[in-house]
Amino acid sequence: MVCERGAMMSDLFEQMIRPHLDFLYSLAVRLCGNRTAAEDLVQDALLRAFRAFPGLRNREHPRLWLTRVLTSAFHDRRRSEDPDASTLEVDTEFDLFDRITEEDPFPYSDRVHLDFLDLFDDAKILEVLQALHPDLRAALILAYLYGFTAKEIGAILDRPLGTVLAWLHRARKQLERELWEYASTRHLLTSRTEARV
Amino acid sequence: MISCKEAVSRLWVYLDRNLERVREQELEEHLGLCRHCCGELEFARQIRERLRATAAGTEIPPRTRERLERFVRRLSGGGTGP
Repeated sequence: MVCERGAMMSDLFEQMIRPHLDFLYSLAVRLCGNRTAAEDLVQDALLRAFRAFPGLRNREHPRLWLTRVLTSAFHDRRRSEDPDASTLEVDTEFDLFDRITEEDPFPYSDRVHLDFLDLFDDAKILEVLQALHPDLRAALILAYLYGFTAKEIGAILDRPLGTVLAWLHRARKQLERELWEYASTRHLLTSRTEARV
Repeated sequence: MISCKEAVSRLWVYLDRNLERVREQELEEHLGLCRHCCGELEFARQIRERLRATAAGTEIPPRTRERLERFVRRLSGGGTGP
């Protein structure tokens, strides 16, 4: 009887996981920044999910729960790998739009801000994302790559809504700063300007 | 009317549809009169689009899928699979 129930539980788990495997892997790739670490993370999350599954009350909407399990596994890993990553300083006064206006890196353009963004293909945007603090990166990825609402992100990260909104604000500011730094340090701006002179 | 600095601080939250109604109305009133902040709103929208586009290109390679599916079967007590 116990075995039958266990077998039924296992079947239910497998049925629940299958439709979400692609999503879990995709999210893991973006959180980790590479596919090898992503596969490890998904396995870790699957193991955690399997152990917690018998106690899961609401099985109607597993995507949010699985995202929570995977994100929690990601944070545990990065804390064990880099305990100092909890220190976080973000210049929230930085405004990329204003900086581009002031520096005017494309003097012959009438769409200077969009020209700036055109410097970044997907690969470069991902490089910039990886430079963000892991907590902020996770919030940003959940919100803008996978469309979770701030309230859902609060449930996933186990944080109040106010904290999530503050994290998203800091994440966006760090992203703006990193975009500018990336373009400046790689001379993307000067080479464009010089090329047009 | 709210200042440009205050308006800019609300733009992303506005795009996320997380602004309270009153703060949203204040922002929309400002945007109706300020070209600079309209430009900044469009810029924020474009950055969001660039971010969203990077969710693509993360499909599971077939061998990785096999390994993960085998892992799930093993967890579920289904042995090592075919």
